[in-house]
Amino acid sequence: MLRGENGAGKSTLLRMIAGLSEPSSGSILLFGRKTRDARASIGYMAHAPLLYDELSGMENLRFFARLYGINSDTPLQDAMRNVGLDPGLARRVGQYSQGMRQRLSLARAIFHSPKLLLLDEPFSNVDPDSASQIATLLVQRRSADNTILLVTHQLGLLSEMADEFLVLSAGELSARTPARQASA
Amino acid sequence: MKTSLLQLIAANLAKDLRLEWRSRDVFNSMLFFALLVVVIFSFAFEPTAEESRRLAGGLFWVAFLFSTIVALNQSWARELRNGVLDAYRVSPSAAEGLLLGKVLSNFIFVALLECLMVPLFVLFYNLTAAGPLWQLAVILFLGTWALVVNGTFFAALSIRTRNRELMLPLLLLPVSIPAVTSMVSATTAVLTGESSPATHIKLLVAYCVVFTAAGFAMFDMVLNAE
Repeated sequence: MLRGENGAGKSTLLRMIAGLSEPSSGSILLFGRKTRDARASIGYMAHAPLLYDELSGMENLRFFARLYGINSDTPLQDAMRNVGLDPGLARRVGQYSQGMRQRLSLARAIFHSPKLLLLDEPFSNVDPDSASQIATLLVQRRSADNTILLVTHQLGLLSEMADEFLVLSAGELSARTPARQASA
Repeated sequence: MKTSLLQLIAANLAKDLRLEWRSRDVFNSMLFFALLVVVIFSFAFEPTAEESRRLAGGLFWVAFLFSTIVALNQSWARELRNGVLDAYRVSPSAAEGLLLGKVLSNFIFVALLECLMVPLFVLFYNLTAAGPLWQLAVILFLGTWALVVNGTFFAALSIRTRNRELMLPLLLLPVSIPAVTSMVSATTAVLTGESSPATHIKLLVAYCVVFTAAGFAMFDMVLNAE
């Protein structure tokens, strides 16, 4: 779990790991490869939903699935159900509530079963029931040997599943605490 | 599983056509601009058939050049809304699929506009072609491709600048001068029948090949530049 004050560099760090920004110094390796070569293994959820307003939820997922070479609807429908959305919903994303967009955005990040999931405030604008449903989903994904790097201010939801708490301050890692120590 | 370039182009093209069908952002703004040019210039002078043939080539391409610029800005703006372009950049798909899908969709939009506007040009400017019409069709195809392929590339280059509406014409127009000169000269040559458009058509072909290849080679760098 990644924490820090506003402007500490949490989102920037996620963008760098996702390969969207270049670090000013040093380099990032994911699973022993450069970020660019490991893109198929990354799921990224940002502040913005990264979805087309004029398309429905399934149409959005179908388009992004093609970019990953996925031609079947099954993993897309599963991803939508897992975040509590109905795959048959014909409504366009522009007409979704903020919470629904947030959940669809998470579905977009997980449909290809990435080994590394980068989540920037996944619980913002989500009602408590949906938030706990998403938290359960993330716990399942973590149990399946996936890595999740999560930025959130709502620590209560996932603090028990975290392995480590990282605290960023002015772009620097100011603390790194194993979960057991943090809860003690 | 890796997606082939053709599948990527098809996915991007289908997505762009669907988005445009639902929003009509691009087509409506292009149509409005092209109609304005046709109507305003028809009020400005009352040409004889001979005068029309000499002027129409220029007027025609002015209308389509600026309409295309409007369309290109719109077509990339929808990729920035909600940060969708970042989702593309995080994916393992080839950047060229996005470029070629967008070039094809923009080409279809501009070609549709031309299909609507050509009869209006004929009507408003009392036009008849002295040369063969098939040559006009070839010039239209090559001219549209030249504008769109270059424009799509430069629109992507300017998309993340603060004044992108201003930046695109500043970047695109100087580079398009050889193509625009060839389009206008070739169109005028066919309409008046006074000279052969062959040299201009050859120039247009060369321009299209060079800029399609250059755009294809450099687009990955443009897309991932921060």
